[in-house]
Amino acid sequence: MDINNILITSGAIGGVGLTCGTALALAAKFLAVKEDPRVEAMDEILPGANCGGCGFAGCADYAKAVVLDGAAINLCAPGGNEVLELIAEAMGQEASAEEKRVAVVMCAGDSEKAPRKHLYNGVADCTAAAAVAGGDKLCKYGCLGYGSCARVCPSGAIEFKNGVAIVHPDLCISCSACVRACPRNLIKMVPVSKTIHVVCSSKDKGPIVKKACQVGCIGCRMCLKLAGDAFEMEGFLALRNYDIPVENELIVEKCPGKCIVKCGASEAPSPEATEPTPSEPSTEPAEATTEGQT
Amino acid sequence: MAEQDTTKYIVSTNPHAHSGDSVQRIMLDVIIALIPATLLSFHFFGWHAVRLVTACVVGCVGIEVICRKLMGRDLGITDLSAVVTGLLLAFNLPPSLPCGMALVGCVFAIAIAKQLFGGIGYNPFNPALIGRVALLISFPVAMTKWHAPLNTARWAALNWVDGTTTATPLGAVKTAISMGQPSPVAWGNTSMLNYMLGNMSGCIGEVSALALIVGGLYLLYRRCISWHIPVAYIGTVAAFAAILRILQPDANMPVLFHLLSGGLMLGAIFMATDMVTSPLTKKGMLVFGIGCGLLTMVIRRWGGYPEGVSFAIILMNAITPLINRATRPRVFGRKSVRA
Amino acid sequence: MKATKAKFKFDGGIHPAYHKELARDRAIETMPIPALLRVSMSQHLGAPAKPLVKKGDTVKRGQCIGEAAGFISAAVHAPTSGTIKEVGTAPTAMGTSAAFIAIEPDGEDAWIEGLEGIADWQNADTKALIAKVAAAGIAGMGGAGFPTNVKLSPPPDKPIDTLILNGAECEPYLTADHRLMVEHAEQIWTGCQIVRKVLGAKHVHIAIEDNKPEAIAAMEQAMEGADDDASISILKTEYPQGAEKQQIYATTGREVPSGGLPMDVGCVVENVGTTLAVWDAVVNGKPLTERVTTVTGMPVSEPKNVLGRIGIPYSDLLDFCGGLKADVAKIISGGPMMGLAQPGLDATTTKTTSGLLFLAPQETQTFRSMPCIACGRCVGACPMYLVPAELSQMLEAEDYEAAEELNVLDCIECGCCAFACPAHRPLVQHMKQGKSKVMLKRRQAQKK
Repeated sequence: MDINNILITSGAIGGVGLTCGTALALAAKFLAVKEDPRVEAMDEILPGANCGGCGFAGCADYAKAVVLDGAAINLCAPGGNEVLELIAEAMGQEASAEEKRVAVVMCAGDSEKAPRKHLYNGVADCTAAAAVAGGDKLCKYGCLGYGSCARVCPSGAIEFKNGVAIVHPDLCISCSACVRACPRNLIKMVPVSKTIHVVCSSKDKGPIVKKACQVGCIGCRMCLKLAGDAFEMEGFLALRNYDIPVENELIVEKCPGKCIVKCGASEAPSPEATEPTPSEPSTEPAEATTEGQT
Repeated sequence: MAEQDTTKYIVSTNPHAHSGDSVQRIMLDVIIALIPATLLSFHFFGWHAVRLVTACVVGCVGIEVICRKLMGRDLGITDLSAVVTGLLLAFNLPPSLPCGMALVGCVFAIAIAKQLFGGIGYNPFNPALIGRVALLISFPVAMTKWHAPLNTARWAALNWVDGTTTATPLGAVKTAISMGQPSPVAWGNTSMLNYMLGNMSGCIGEVSALALIVGGLYLLYRRCISWHIPVAYIGTVAAFAAILRILQPDANMPVLFHLLSGGLMLGAIFMATDMVTSPLTKKGMLVFGIGCGLLTMVIRRWGGYPEGVSFAIILMNAITPLINRATRPRVFGRKSVRA
Repeated sequence: MKATKAKFKFDGGIHPAYHKELARDRAIETMPIPALLRVSMSQHLGAPAKPLVKKGDTVKRGQCIGEAAGFISAAVHAPTSGTIKEVGTAPTAMGTSAAFIAIEPDGEDAWIEGLEGIADWQNADTKALIAKVAAAGIAGMGGAGFPTNVKLSPPPDKPIDTLILNGAECEPYLTADHRLMVEHAEQIWTGCQIVRKVLGAKHVHIAIEDNKPEAIAAMEQAMEGADDDASISILKTEYPQGAEKQQIYATTGREVPSGGLPMDVGCVVENVGTTLAVWDAVVNGKPLTERVTTVTGMPVSEPKNVLGRIGIPYSDLLDFCGGLKADVAKIISGGPMMGLAQPGLDATTTKTTSGLLFLAPQETQTFRSMPCIACGRCVGACPMYLVPAELSQMLEAEDYEAAEELNVLDCIECGCCAFACPAHRPLVQHMKQGKSKVMLKRRQAQKK
């Protein structure tokens, strides 16, 4: 082989490489996008879950908003207090610690307890099912069970048991994505230590609820009588007032609609929820003690 | 709905009427349309055709089952698409190919070209063609070893007698032309009739243009395919061949020879019309067919291979999404295609 | 009158099995008033009517019990005389709850006094005629329920030169409009002339599909002696010939612009039932209190075209037709292509209930979310020239921006794509969801 060929080839390739490299180097110098180093640092602090719970497009977007636009620093739910403190430190602001909130599905009407009114045939998605003849559940407030919440959950914390969604509190990262996904607005963010909930969202009158579900709130006000201000009424539906602890846990057994439940007791609860605090009498159930803390 | 609850009614969005067609029925129609060509391949290549068709169909269905199980999806073989792929793959193989190699083709066709992309509906390329091309590249010798059709008397011959290998008509003519020799094949009516019937060497399913056209007419009647792709494809090849023949009569083959002697009919009627990998709109189908025709002729005339149908269709498959994008119809009441 | 024999057609469309023979030759039967009528306050497109009565009130037939609330709204009248049992909410055929007024009929069926028509409508003032239509609470009886008085008052910058009378009835099974044309052709033609006068439209096309020769003959007879600008346009039998935009295109060659209304191309389309109601309102002064509904389907003992009051529970309607003789898998309010599937027979008839259809299990096809095999049949079937295959895949992936760019909002939800889909994909549901998501996004963007 002619030595010239080799020289020409290597020269040409080397030349192309050199030209491109120079062009890239120049481009990097002149076209560089200046990013605020504080934004980068903030992005490092954030957990990178990109869950959208803060209302921004992702962690980087929120980082930019906090640093440049003065957005509230306490919007990152998955990060919890740890991240909040770091953000506060970086921004020179006061951090006000808040208890972690987890998602709870306010419906317990599974396929055995809440009958369906028709056989839905179509896209397996709650929003889609709800738009066809008002949803296939007889109860027009209940969980449809087509998994829209589970599909948006970034941490896989939502499971379906017998056609009704259940959130595992220890897996929940508090992003609220499921709250936005549920077409029936059944999911609420609740302080993690609170374990007694009214798992019904039906605003219908008692007789209608009874026909539609075995575990529905019939508006009897029993919980208000037994546990006082820990519950409040909205029309025919009892709501849990999470600011006030439930003193009398008997209500869980006594609720005629069987829709007041204590969660975390049967499943693996998060450690904060079960550990009795030393200051409280140890004879009391774990739930009540943590209720008392806030 | 699987539930059988007679007290409750089914509720869905409109429409509540349906044409009654199904993917399974379409695939069944394709299988029915392939029957004449299958029988003729049995006639011409005897036991070897039976062997290859069986190996490919069983292989494709089996590999589909394995893939679906591994992916944890429902089997979905009742849609019969794996049977169609198996048949088409077998049609694209030379008669003497060992069954083991055919199975390798099945793996490429089903596991790699289809299931890795997500199964039926998601494959960008025609699975059977990917299987064939993978074999052609992996086993170039075995895949280009051609045999003249058997005499019916030797139908059950289990082995090829030495010396029966021969080139395909396309290959033989191309070699002769490139070497400046006179064509080894006569252009007379008798040989054209033989090509029409399939009495020539080639892949087991591609040889009989007549059987393939009969199958194609059945598909047209059943509305499984529209005329656009086959007509555009065959028409383009014919026009291209005619121009070449007029410009250089010595260096090119006659039009009818181009149409009948290779895999064009199989490709134009059954492979290019594969729904998943061909365009959605009628306009797109015409573009697709013309593109296939041009590429086929470019490969046949100037390419390294004597036949270019498989590569042409695969290349056009690759730009099907682009064709779809470019041929979107103008929406009713709008002036332009886009919002 | 100029008879047109050409077969008009649009592009796209499908040919479903029509099954019109079930009720086509059954003359319209008047149904006795049931024990209870539940009259919905939202029987039309637009704002629901505002109830004017309370529990215990007695009403006369034709008395206004719900007043139009807003510009696009329609009044609701008592379908018979009786006592108001309840003013509350009840399920509608849409599957949602809406305000209802329940009336217990007193059996006398007495009309309210003071209803007077305009006998000499030819020389009457246009405004007076429109007022009559508005007072009668007429809404498009083809299915959409657009308030007719609004349609009759186009803005001055949109002159109307063509009135199209929609007698296509392209929905399979339904025969109500067909029977109306056969039995009430003259009244319909009179109503049509009233509408024509109000609009000042030069041309009138009576659009009828060629599978209704009897209706064509009846209308031809009724139009004897009409001027040369009025003609019958015989449409090729194809679904959806009755869709407004497709019908305008088929009869006049004009394309309603995307997002526009027929009046943008100088057209107004009225259903034959609506024009009959206009005739009744203008000539006799009677408000809209009844309509013809086709009760049909293989499992129905005696399929019929029923003239019934508005507010009849579906269960009573079925009983009037002899009940069921076979199993039912699906109940549909309306026709099979665009009708609404019902969870039961609780809903009641409205001004837009053109049919009540029962489907047996063996006729019922279910949707399956199987992958698209890109066969392109939906593309050929779409009368709006959309690409449903691509759109549905975008919408499945929740890519609403891409779907918006490909004009998902132009979808008329006619169901042709899903009818033709061999993979049984719920294409219309994808479109509906996509449309509502895109609309929501636009509304939110407007707020900002």
